[in-house]
Amino acid sequence: MERQAVQRAKEAFLSGRTRPVEFRLQQLHALQKMITEKETEISTALKQDINRSQYDTPLLELIGIENEIKLAIEKLADWAAPRHVERNLLTISDEVYIQPEPLGVVLIIGAWNYPWALTLLPLVGAIAAGNAAVVKPSELSEYSSLLLRALLPRYLDKDLYPVVTGGASETQELLRIRFDHVFYTGSSSVGKVVMEAAARHLTPVTLELGGKSPCYIDKDCDIRVACRRITWGKFVNCGQTCIAPDYILCEPCIQGRVVECIRHTLLEFYGADPKCSPDYGRIINQRHFNRIMSLMEGYTPVVGGQSDSSQRYIAPTVLKDVPPHSRLMQEEIFGPLLPIVAVSDMDDAINFINEREKPLALYIFCSDKKAIKRFIEETTSGGVTVNDVMMHYTLSSLPFGGVGQSGMGRYHGKHTFDQLSHQRACLVRSLGMESVNLSRYPPQDRRRARRARMALKSSLIDMSKRTLIWAIVATIIGCGLFIALLVILLIAAGLNCTCWYWRGFYNYW
Amino acid sequence: MDSHRQAVDRLRSAFHSGVTLPEKFRRTQLTNLMSMIKENEEQILTALHKDLGKPKFEAILSEIDIVLNELHYAISNLTSWMQPEYVSKNLATKLDDCSVRREPFGVVLIIGAWNYPLQLLTLPMVGAIAAGNCVVIKPSEVSAATDSLIAELIPKYLSQDCYAVVRGGAEETKALLQIRFDHIFYTGSQSVARSIMQAASVHLTPVTLELGGKCPGLIYGRINITAAARRLVWAKFFNAGQSCVAPDYLLCTAATRDALLPALSQALEDFYGKEPQKSPDMSRIVSLRHWSRLIELLGKTSGKVVVGGERDQEDKYIAPTVVVDVAEDDVLMKEEIFGPILPIITVESVEKGIDFVNRKEKPLALYVFSDESSVVKTVLEKTSSGGFCSNDGIVHMTLPTLPFGGVGASGWGSYHGRWGFETFSHRRACMLRGWALERLNGLRYPPYSEDKLSWLRWTTSPKSCTLM
Repeated sequence: MERQAVQRAKEAFLSGRTRPVEFRLQQLHALQKMITEKETEISTALKQDINRSQYDTPLLELIGIENEIKLAIEKLADWAAPRHVERNLLTISDEVYIQPEPLGVVLIIGAWNYPWALTLLPLVGAIAAGNAAVVKPSELSEYSSLLLRALLPRYLDKDLYPVVTGGASETQELLRIRFDHVFYTGSSSVGKVVMEAAARHLTPVTLELGGKSPCYIDKDCDIRVACRRITWGKFVNCGQTCIAPDYILCEPCIQGRVVECIRHTLLEFYGADPKCSPDYGRIINQRHFNRIMSLMEGYTPVVGGQSDSSQRYIAPTVLKDVPPHSRLMQEEIFGPLLPIVAVSDMDDAINFINEREKPLALYIFCSDKKAIKRFIEETTSGGVTVNDVMMHYTLSSLPFGGVGQSGMGRYHGKHTFDQLSHQRACLVRSLGMESVNLSRYPPQDRRRARRARMALKSSLIDMSKRTLIWAIVATIIGCGLFIALLVILLIAAGLNCTCWYWRGFYNYW
Repeated sequence: MDSHRQAVDRLRSAFHSGVTLPEKFRRTQLTNLMSMIKENEEQILTALHKDLGKPKFEAILSEIDIVLNELHYAISNLTSWMQPEYVSKNLATKLDDCSVRREPFGVVLIIGAWNYPLQLLTLPMVGAIAAGNCVVIKPSEVSAATDSLIAELIPKYLSQDCYAVVRGGAEETKALLQIRFDHIFYTGSQSVARSIMQAASVHLTPVTLELGGKCPGLIYGRINITAAARRLVWAKFFNAGQSCVAPDYLLCTAATRDALLPALSQALEDFYGKEPQKSPDMSRIVSLRHWSRLIELLGKTSGKVVVGGERDQEDKYIAPTVVVDVAEDDVLMKEEIFGPILPIITVESVEKGIDFVNRKEKPLALYVFSDESSVVKTVLEKTSSGGFCSNDGIVHMTLPTLPFGGVGASGWGSYHGRWGFETFSHRRACMLRGWALERLNGLRYPPYSEDKLSWLRWTTSPKSCTLM
């Protein structure tokens, strides 16, 4: 069944109807319409999947998707246009440009924590780039998955953008089929399987994976504001966000203050009993609930710790003085547990982070600009937000993606378009000017060789610093001389006038 | 192999020490690489001649000059490439510092090929070094003389802590791929590329694959047959056809073929004389194994050899050969030829030619020869390929401003010029926020309300910038 859907999508792509920009714009408008018209249904599905609150849905998923669609609609003509580039002497009279082209049929595998954003954001880019796309939402977010399957064909071209639902076996079946690009969001372990399957067909992949995103709080920063921002980022969607601050690093002297500020903020956000707050989520399923609960075993939290298995509820929980080698610190938590690990100073924090796998996101709370600069320069991560969390995700002009174990490739805004396009190098020459070509043909001699070498030199203008300085100095001198000449002429003209004037004057007298 | 692991560990420690990060270091290494090539030009030319019978002129153009051009370009532009890129912001982030930093991946592996043994190793190296990585360099063992020359020269000119040459055959490469790298850059065949990508998937290592395929040349419409023939002959028989972007086969009408054949013969005679084997400008096949493979193709084809066909096993020489009446399922059309054999397939219209091309895998390069711009345009729009060049061959890859790479079966990723720098860099999104405007942040905190939502929609909308 999956094979048929993919085959239909392939044939639809080969028909060429995704090529015209108008078609792509029409599909994007239709997607926009779907989001606007079906917001209530989407919210309901998310509530059933993950107890997402009525406001979290637009906040965390729909606003982002709408913004991406708006941007793509506004900029598509620009993005799809050829880009002319600098030429050398040989190609001086030719057309040299880069033409973005669609890849073909893209497979998008979504995740369950933001089922709409993580399938539709890549889809926006796939449509904009002129591809067909097979969308495979996560089966763990069951209601959203079924709703997407019902809705998408009602608004978008049925053949070009099929939705395939199902579990692990359906995904494996899909991965046996050859695609032109596979876009996967999920865990690093499954990411490896996806890449290995793609290798059989030499299919390029984009892997948006996860990891433990560290959050460093400097002792001299505004701890209250830092904790408000961290608390928001950590406990939104009940901690089930790939870029949530996974753990905190700070010096022991501020640990107590951090705990108190978080406790205070939690009260403000969710009230005394977060279980009753309409704004606090739940864990996606029993398996993850058990996994997260087991991470806490043997530790006494300083905030929260309560749970209710029947509701898959885990209270916002903070643990302090967590040892670096504990289970909590071995795997991505992906839940509402916030461990605090003590470090002796900023250098210790930097070493701690560098000893571990490259994270998807890195957070630094610090007021000292120099220290921030050093922290960024001495570490690496997919992205960084300083003095806040997760916000780098919200700006579509910033490329979003991981590095190392946290992923490869990036998207958002134009970056999705670029990621799902082929940048084709085009050189359009004429058969004229054949005499210029003579120098590169055999039989070869020194003169010909020298001419050929000249023609292929990359820069027509030497862009070195020395030449630039000479150019500037020469221009200044030239201008100076020109001005001097003007002045001389003016004076001469003036003198002349004056001479005539006085002559006239004397004559008069 | 223990020695390989030790080399990689040494490079990893060097990378962690931060020595490759400063611009000065990268510039010095690139300048040293430039000196290495300039000061050893004679030795390089000799090694290339030993490996491939490469004529001095071809070697200078395709192995020395192209690399020096690339180095010059990188050295001139390094400062600007390394600068953070500031991006446009929305209302919510108006006061923030939002930029993209280019950071090196770490320790990267570059695996070269034997047809342009120096170029295909050093061109990616330029990008990798400029981006601040440490590099493990694995030249192809098939081009043995160049392999040992590179192993001898690199440690003399580049930092031995940061750049290591690793040698060996298939077994050693397999063992090397067990080690974890931060990026693997491979030039070569599709079958090997599959195993490289599979090995890379174990460590989630990103890869760049510069592969090959059959690059078609379409000749349709009104055409200056003499000029077209000369450019075709140059592009096809350069390096005895052993170029990943050489036009592999031609598609044209029967009439064009009949006009083309004498033009091709004339061009061949102009270039290589009546006996190409005696011309100093004609290359040889790299090894006996490849020579035998090509001779076998000539033996099994059901096409007719109309030009060339002469061969000399001891010299590993095959004359520039043209074969006509080749069918789509002929043995010559099964895999990339990579030799001086040019099949001509007659297809009566450009549309049928385009369909023919589209039935096959996406090639690394696609060529069309025509004086009619509508023909060129149609072919361009209805096909896909890594790169495209009309009325010439190969030269599109000499421009550092154009990305060089494949699509589909012909590869993944690109390099040359800035593209090489970007391939070996991680683009890290950085947002530096201030402590103020916490009230604005309050819009996103629970407890939620309808009001907060509308404000949020407004401040994060992409159009909201135009209000400021």
